[in-house]
Amino acid sequence: MTFLLLSLMWFTSFGFQFTVSDAAEFPVSAQLVDAANLGSFAATDTLTDHSLTWPTWSEWKKVLFLRQYNTRVVMLGTMLLGMAGGIVGSFTLLRRRALMGDALSHATLPGVGLAFLLAPMLGLDGKSLLVLLTGASLSGIAGVVAILYVRNFTQLKEDAALGIVLSVFFGAGISILTVAQQRAGNAAGLESFIYGKTASMTSSDAMLIGFSGLFVVVVIGLIFKELTLLCFDEGFAGSRGYPVLLLDLVLMALVVIITIIGLQAVGLVLMIALLVIPAAAARFWTHDLKKMTLISAGIGGAGGLLGAAVSALLRNLPSGPMIVLVCSSLFFVSMLLGTARGVLVRVIRRQRLNRSIDHQHLLRGLYELLEARTSENRSSSKTLSTTTGIAFTALLSIRSWSSFRLTREIERCRHAGFLVRNADASLSLTDTGLAEARRLVHEHRLWELYLITHAEVAPGRVDQSADAIEHVLEPELIARLENLLRQDLEAKGVAPSPHPIESIGDAS
Amino acid sequence: MISTSQSAVPLSVKDLTVAWYRKPVIWDVGFDVTPGQLVGVVGPNGAGKSTLLKAIMDLVPRASGRIEIFGQTYKQNRARVGYVPQRESVDWDFPVSVLDVVTMGLYGKIGWCMPVRRKHRDAAREALDRVGIGELADRQISQLSGGQQQRTFLARALVQDADLYLMDEPFAAVDAATEKAIVQILREMQKNGKTAIVIHHDLHTVPEYFDSVVLLNMRVVASGPTDTVFTRENLEKTYGGRLTLLDEATEAMRRRERTL
Repeated sequence: MTFLLLSLMWFTSFGFQFTVSDAAEFPVSAQLVDAANLGSFAATDTLTDHSLTWPTWSEWKKVLFLRQYNTRVVMLGTMLLGMAGGIVGSFTLLRRRALMGDALSHATLPGVGLAFLLAPMLGLDGKSLLVLLTGASLSGIAGVVAILYVRNFTQLKEDAALGIVLSVFFGAGISILTVAQQRAGNAAGLESFIYGKTASMTSSDAMLIGFSGLFVVVVIGLIFKELTLLCFDEGFAGSRGYPVLLLDLVLMALVVIITIIGLQAVGLVLMIALLVIPAAAARFWTHDLKKMTLISAGIGGAGGLLGAAVSALLRNLPSGPMIVLVCSSLFFVSMLLGTARGVLVRVIRRQRLNRSIDHQHLLRGLYELLEARTSENRSSSKTLSTTTGIAFTALLSIRSWSSFRLTREIERCRHAGFLVRNADASLSLTDTGLAEARRLVHEHRLWELYLITHAEVAPGRVDQSADAIEHVLEPELIARLENLLRQDLEAKGVAPSPHPIESIGDAS
Repeated sequence: MISTSQSAVPLSVKDLTVAWYRKPVIWDVGFDVTPGQLVGVVGPNGAGKSTLLKAIMDLVPRASGRIEIFGQTYKQNRARVGYVPQRESVDWDFPVSVLDVVTMGLYGKIGWCMPVRRKHRDAAREALDRVGIGELADRQISQLSGGQQQRTFLARALVQDADLYLMDEPFAAVDAATEKAIVQILREMQKNGKTAIVIHHDLHTVPEYFDSVVLLNMRVVASGPTDTVFTRENLEKTYGGRLTLLDEATEAMRRRERTL
């Protein structure tokens, strides 16, 4: 089969070269555009007319207020397509089959061309959407079968199989379309399958998209929990008797449906975007699969709706790229602002943790300096005083802080009412500050003691996401630590430091 | 009982051979499991321990051999078998909660296309309480520590209330507290007449944890009561004489690196 396709490509490439040299007066870039706009030879209007005209007010009105029945139906159709794509995409993304959809959509092209060429021989209309989409489905499925074949019967890995099948089928498709151009003529409109063109869609096309999309959503809704299990733990699903292969095939079939109905609106080159981008964007907002599919549907739907609207306004702008641009803007917004794993949220979380660590270190440092001072003056009582001042330089020396960082933290603690600045610029803890510092030092020393004596029980009880274990100790854990280390505790409720105080700077 | 051919023997493996691309992974493996026992499966890396469990559950094609679960095929008695896969076999970044994972153990009971209902969630919470992480039910699984992940998997198997449990390295890279908890649960299960077959890596704890042991290295080197079978001589046969501390340490390092 591959041989056949290759020879076909070779054969047709001559025809292609010939037509390009026909148009020798075009600069190189124009030739490239030609190569892409395959339908353009019969349809001279699209060949020459690449100018974008700003829509008139009446055209704006048509789209914005959904005046035209056709526009209304087309926009609704692409919206449903986007939603269905977002939902199916969530599962293919989690099943790590996202690129399979890309290979599949590229593999539909030869089918479109062949259907157009062969339909008249069977007495069918070569431009009927149903005929073209049937051809697309068949060759798309052939593409998937070819991938599975290459992967399972050679030593090649899946990515190599995907790359080979994708390019061979797409190349063959382009070649076949070029032949179709010359042999049958009037192949205008076929190029809309490559980049998508909502302008060429009729309301019945949109209706087909809408109902198929709805069907896909219903199927997913019915087997939501089975698909979840499949994507999360294939082995366990198999052990429970779920037909893993069949479920995978169902998921793949849903991808085929979405791809086929999306060809007209999005085009096969960019179809993958509708299956990947909304789902990937939704992942930034939630850790819950149900919510993720809903958000993904929303993003895909918005992409479909707005993309179709722009394409309806600017006649020569293909809708596929517009839909992708809308989706990807939403993706970037999600990546930055997503509440579950967005970049900003993570930066803020990290900063908050760092700040609380700085805060704890400062109070602890003050406390330990006070403690050292008190034990030097044997005469005074054991309780620490809030009147003793600690110099800024003394604090600076116990940690590798810059003076800017230390000053900033001191100001924060001063605002929180934990410490005061004395007349001689030294620092003293307030009563609340002393209590807070005592608590922190206590926890710190408990943790140190614990690590020294019973280190093996600890890691399971602390949150893995935190790198500085000490700063995320739960109150319940502190209570258990106290129980464990009771004999080591002093009467005043603060454990003694298990190491000389000078080395505090190293422990954190 | 479903049929008269039900047998008390939880698992009987006869002449089992499994091959990948014509290269045999396990060869002529055969052993019977006594009801109500904790059975350890021990052997070096690549000995086919995981493959053995998967072959028992029809997850990998068998080249030859017969498996009987309580006297019948796995398909017939699937509901009586609980499976705890290797913790590393799944993506713990998957967007589901701990409770969601545990209810997966009930999907078979719930049935196709039916939603998870309150009684299922209650059963799942109960199972989580049993493994000691009831308070984590609504957490996202990405927030769990290694030990908590393992407990979640254990709860998912427990919620099924099976009679025979197959566990793939439940003690791998877990903290000491989790290891203790799992052992306690295993003993509890045993008291209730359940049987468990556990792939195990730490040779030191084998005599303490298991009544019987299967020493596996592509074929069964020895199987039977731990007292008589778990001997230095048999271990050397199993590990091909390379039972050195260094090997074990290297292996432990490798495992750790994989989990980090």
